[in-house]
Amino acid sequence: MTDTPLSLAEADSTLFTRLRRWWSGETANPVKRVQFDRPLTPWMFLLPQLAVVVIFFYWPSVQAVTSSFYLEDPFGFGATFVGLDNYTDALTSRGYMSTAAFTAFFCVVVTALSLGLGLLLAVKADKVIRGAETYKTLLISVYAIAPPVAGLIGMMFFDMHMGPFTQIAAWFGHDLRVGIDYWDTASALIVISVWKQIPYNFIFFLSGLQSVPVSVREAALIDAKSGWRRFCDITLPLLAPTAFFLLVINITYTMFDTFPIIDVIVKDKPANNPMTLVYKVYLDGFKGNDIGGSSAQSVILMVVVALLTVLQFRFLERRVHYG
Amino acid sequence: MQKIKPLDHLILILGALFLCVPVVMALMSSTHAAIDIHSNGLYITPGSHGAETYTKVLTSRGGFTGDVTGLLMLTNSMVMGLGFAVGKIVLSMMAAYALVYFRFRFATLIFWAIFATLLLPLEVRIMPSYQVMSELHLLNTYTGLIVPLLASATGTFFFRQFFRSVPDELLEAARIDGAGPVKFFIDVLVPLSKTMMSAIFIIMFIYGWNQYLWPLLMTTDESFFTLMRGIKSILQVWVGSQIPDYNEAFALAVLAMVPPVAVVVIFQRMFIKGLTESDK
Repeated sequence: MTDTPLSLAEADSTLFTRLRRWWSGETANPVKRVQFDRPLTPWMFLLPQLAVVVIFFYWPSVQAVTSSFYLEDPFGFGATFVGLDNYTDALTSRGYMSTAAFTAFFCVVVTALSLGLGLLLAVKADKVIRGAETYKTLLISVYAIAPPVAGLIGMMFFDMHMGPFTQIAAWFGHDLRVGIDYWDTASALIVISVWKQIPYNFIFFLSGLQSVPVSVREAALIDAKSGWRRFCDITLPLLAPTAFFLLVINITYTMFDTFPIIDVIVKDKPANNPMTLVYKVYLDGFKGNDIGGSSAQSVILMVVVALLTVLQFRFLERRVHYG
Repeated sequence: MQKIKPLDHLILILGALFLCVPVVMALMSSTHAAIDIHSNGLYITPGSHGAETYTKVLTSRGGFTGDVTGLLMLTNSMVMGLGFAVGKIVLSMMAAYALVYFRFRFATLIFWAIFATLLLPLEVRIMPSYQVMSELHLLNTYTGLIVPLLASATGTFFFRQFFRSVPDELLEAARIDGAGPVKFFIDVLVPLSKTMMSAIFIIMFIYGWNQYLWPLLMTTDESFFTLMRGIKSILQVWVGSQIPDYNEAFALAVLAMVPPVAVVVIFQRMFIKGLTESDK
């Protein structure tokens, strides 16, 4: 990828050459200097992956887009074309908007807390010598725990009868009612989601820190005496690519991968509980049988997540460059 | 070198406690009786009911049809984790090989068609995916559990990057020796990718084992339940006045987290390599 702007004529000719290359199968930068030149063999190798992608990715995705324009009979007797009604219904409903607002709030809080704590622990783990390996293992091991298991353990900690957090809250005179009170449930969701995500951020920040050359660290030690200054002026800028990359990953995590945690805590009882947009797609589609509405919400989310992924790829490129 | 202050250790210890204590308490509480947990709260010390709780969870038949045991769910989770990891490696290595080592028409188009799958996670297209699966009669089958999850291009991306870093001279030498594409793939590239394959295997095994939403939708027949699906059903019966089976729920949670955590701790180096180099 080049950053130099192309003149119009150049851009034109590049477009043309690109199209020609695209058709003939060459790429601008050939992946390999030498390649096999057989017409059928590559298709044989590609076939399994392509089949899976077409059947299980493109077919359902196209179906999501089409059924978002239809109002489907809940009992399966045909569907009526309703144009953009499902979209306008979703975007103007108060339920959807409050869910969207909560999702945004949830994303900001979970991302900020898990990135912050992950970074703090990584900086400290990078510094200590005694016990470094033990700390590392302890901090990483939780990564492998599945979100629903995290949700289950979290649920026990917030249990109204015997949960330790409920007892601690009671000391401060707060009656913690997770699953009934909106903000109590929200806090539980946040604590569990952050707990689950810290190890991931820790791993990436630590490997980012450890790739900083020793000479840079030593120079920094001579130049800046205060650890905080060193952190702000040297470490943070060097970690920026990792941090941006993780930012996108964490937003995606909070939007999608927290589904099991919400499902375990909220348990299909949306009554007065907070939930994310993805959970609403599931509830409306599978519990509410509103297939058109659910599909429209899916398509809206597809747009959001596609944008996020494009961002992620831009940062991924940069991350590799800093290497 | 930098000075190490006690504060640094304090922060690390607090962090490790925050992350690990809940896990330890889940493990310990699973060895106590439900009634004790109900009256005394969670435990941080081992109890004496461990053996009977785990025997009950693993072997006693439960659920609506009375057919599903913990052991069966454990097996299903294992099938899911292993099947997903192996399938992913096979499919994505083959596809990446074709994309990197062959010159053919539509190569760029195919590249984008495969990598576009990274754009949309399963969660945003669950409803239509479910409909497709029911049209194909794949509900309640292992194929239906595993194969649709292979549709994302994470592995292909990873192996493509790796193949690009393999020196060109290898292919030149192989061609001089008269090796065809299939022979080159099996005899040169596969052995060369062993480390990469193990790293990606670990990541993918954990990913497959930890799947929740897809098994939840795809399986109504209890003989296909995975441990994650079991967690959902054990929580669903927690209504009514009797004391919930806290100990059994914890035992189920422990069974569900031990294999992936063990894999991460034992193969820590390889795991970190796989994770940070595949970028999800």
